[in-house]
Amino acid sequence: MKKTKSIALGMALAVGSFAASNVMAATTLENVKEKGHLQCGVTSGLPGFSQPDEKGNWTGIDVDTCRAVAAAIFGDPKAVEFTPLTAKERFTALQSGEIDMLSRNTTWTLTRDASLGLNFAGVNYYDGQGFLINKGIGVDDATQLDGATICIQSGTTTELNLSDYFRAKGMEFKPIVFDTSEQTVQGFAAGRCDVLTSDRSQLAALRSKLSDPNSAKILPNTISKEPLGPVVRQGDDQWFNIVKWVLAVQINAEELGVSSSNVEDMLKSDNPNVQRLLGTDGDMGAKLGLPDDFGYAAIKGVGNYAEMYDRNVGPDTPLGLDRGVNALWTDGGVLYAPPVR
Amino acid sequence: MKKQTVDTRPAGPKPWYDPRVRSIVFQVIALSLVFWAGWTLVDNTLSNMESRGISTGFGFLNESAGFGIIMHLVPYDATMSYGRTFWVGLTNTLLVSVMGVVAATILGFILGVARLSSNWLVAKIALVYIEVIRNIPLLLQIFFWYFAVLSNLPSPRQSVDVGGTMFLNNRGLYLPEPLTQDGFGLVWSSILIAIAAVVGLRIWAKRRQLATGQIFPTFKVGVAILILLPLISYFVAGRPLEWEIPALKGFNFGGGITIIPELAALWIALSLYTASFIAEIVRSGILSVSKGQTEASKALGLPNGLTLRLVVIPQAMRVIIPPLTSQYLNLVKNSSLATAIGYPDLVAVFMGTTLNQTGQAVEVVAMTMAVYLTISLLISLFMNIYNRAVAIKER
Repeated sequence: MKKTKSIALGMALAVGSFAASNVMAATTLENVKEKGHLQCGVTSGLPGFSQPDEKGNWTGIDVDTCRAVAAAIFGDPKAVEFTPLTAKERFTALQSGEIDMLSRNTTWTLTRDASLGLNFAGVNYYDGQGFLINKGIGVDDATQLDGATICIQSGTTTELNLSDYFRAKGMEFKPIVFDTSEQTVQGFAAGRCDVLTSDRSQLAALRSKLSDPNSAKILPNTISKEPLGPVVRQGDDQWFNIVKWVLAVQINAEELGVSSSNVEDMLKSDNPNVQRLLGTDGDMGAKLGLPDDFGYAAIKGVGNYAEMYDRNVGPDTPLGLDRGVNALWTDGGVLYAPPVR
Repeated sequence: MKKQTVDTRPAGPKPWYDPRVRSIVFQVIALSLVFWAGWTLVDNTLSNMESRGISTGFGFLNESAGFGIIMHLVPYDATMSYGRTFWVGLTNTLLVSVMGVVAATILGFILGVARLSSNWLVAKIALVYIEVIRNIPLLLQIFFWYFAVLSNLPSPRQSVDVGGTMFLNNRGLYLPEPLTQDGFGLVWSSILIAIAAVVGLRIWAKRRQLATGQIFPTFKVGVAILILLPLISYFVAGRPLEWEIPALKGFNFGGGITIIPELAALWIALSLYTASFIAEIVRSGILSVSKGQTEASKALGLPNGLTLRLVVIPQAMRVIIPPLTSQYLNLVKNSSLATAIGYPDLVAVFMGTTLNQTGQAVEVVAMTMAVYLTISLLISLFMNIYNRAVAIKER
């Protein structure tokens, strides 16, 4: 009898602990501060966006976005731990609280914004979907791809756009859907498919991974808009604002000519815009729950948008992507961040 | 007159001292705690999801899917619903599972018997096969067949051509597709008649053997009936069958039946891997049959083949069936590794793309889990029924 009683008691305790987990959680900022680092979800390896080097250091534009947020909170761009995620895993990881923010070339769409319990905190790369083909198939334009076999990565907007595009053009295709971008490019390299489709920036990155990058080319067609940016959980406006404004600070810094190399001098600037940006005037940081010099820390640690772009995906990198629409609005692009004031 | 019955049993202990009452009470308490825990989990999940703005419910199953799937046994195109993608994935999982179970069973039995062969070379080849294959992780084997073997086949334009009707390349195996014409119903009915005839023949042969002791060559005659009868009716009906030969169109072959390399790689890997375990199960089953049985059968003058088929295997089956069931379950569950090479099984299509496009993680995962649970329970049920049929019946 004693045994039965203790089992019953144990079960009651177990159930009690289930119920207890229902209490209100602390804010994301509090959690991050308590942990001492930011947990950031990134791709499992995509040159230019997030890729670990031989020493295990992550580099890329998505990685830098995480580092800028960490620098703004802790004053230290290294206070980040990265969680590599596949396209399939990313939203669940964010929803379940496994990561604090997702910075993984994720396209901002209505469904994702409205029904997944997520918020898109801005755009750190404006992209569009294209086609990478094996030069051997002798095609110059996507409209000649009727009947082609196409490698795609599972769980992306790419999969839907592709289907829409071919249906609209009255063409057929055979989709081979892989789990990760490594497997996708391996399938393409092995000749399983004629075409690899993805966002154009990714195509450039994947092409650079081929053993002979010159055997493949990217078709001129762009079949969709893919605004890529960081994502946070819905329901924590303070955290949403922090991620949103760190990105805005980087874009504003480029516009104001503030970079990681001149940021010390800029602290003495008379320009009120620069003073607010770097926290020498006003209490912009306090409004977000951050130190007032969060802008200074982010620029000092990671640099402005142009530095981040040029270092990771710009013309001097293996990806060799021109700024294009990702140029500032003052240079004819669409990069236009709200003012820090 | 009414008979009065008097309870002559001695009065039991008071209810709270009665072990039976107590055990029932505690079981009821335990059960309600389990239900409460389950309900709390569900309720907690739902309210957390609601507070985070994640939509719930199964309404998404009626929404249009909008993505393509390379292989579907049920009609499918991108305009159909997520509910349909579930069926596409499910049928693809069932197809590779059934193909795998059949191939692994046949190969496993051959290997298991070969392992015990008195021929040194045959026994050692089977031993090496079993030890190598079962000690390499399945995922690695799937990658090997997919990326190392099948990807190295020639490209579509340099396909291996078998008589101008079958083509093999790195996009798959292209076979001519039979298209039935008017009048093929005659052939179908003749196939049914042939099957019925063979069953009848078998019953008759068995009766005759019991009565007279004469053995009728049921197998040879049966095969002849199964082949000849449909063949004759095919010609009588005026050959109502046309073949669609695959042809190179644009980038790929079109027409005919295509076996995609993803299916082939997964099928080969699952079958070879599971066969090595089944072989060991068959070997242990055969070894469990006492040597005296074989000797007795030899003493009766039965040849080796008959001894194995009529004396040893039926007794070994009792030992073989339970672990064999586990191997079938493993094979079905392992088929979910399909997602690594792009075979559109349930996990890849439904728990992969559909989950991602809709974001309905809880619903999709629950449905997928329910499917695997159901398949496993069904296999278990059928194997248990079979096991009961072959079990020793004490008379």
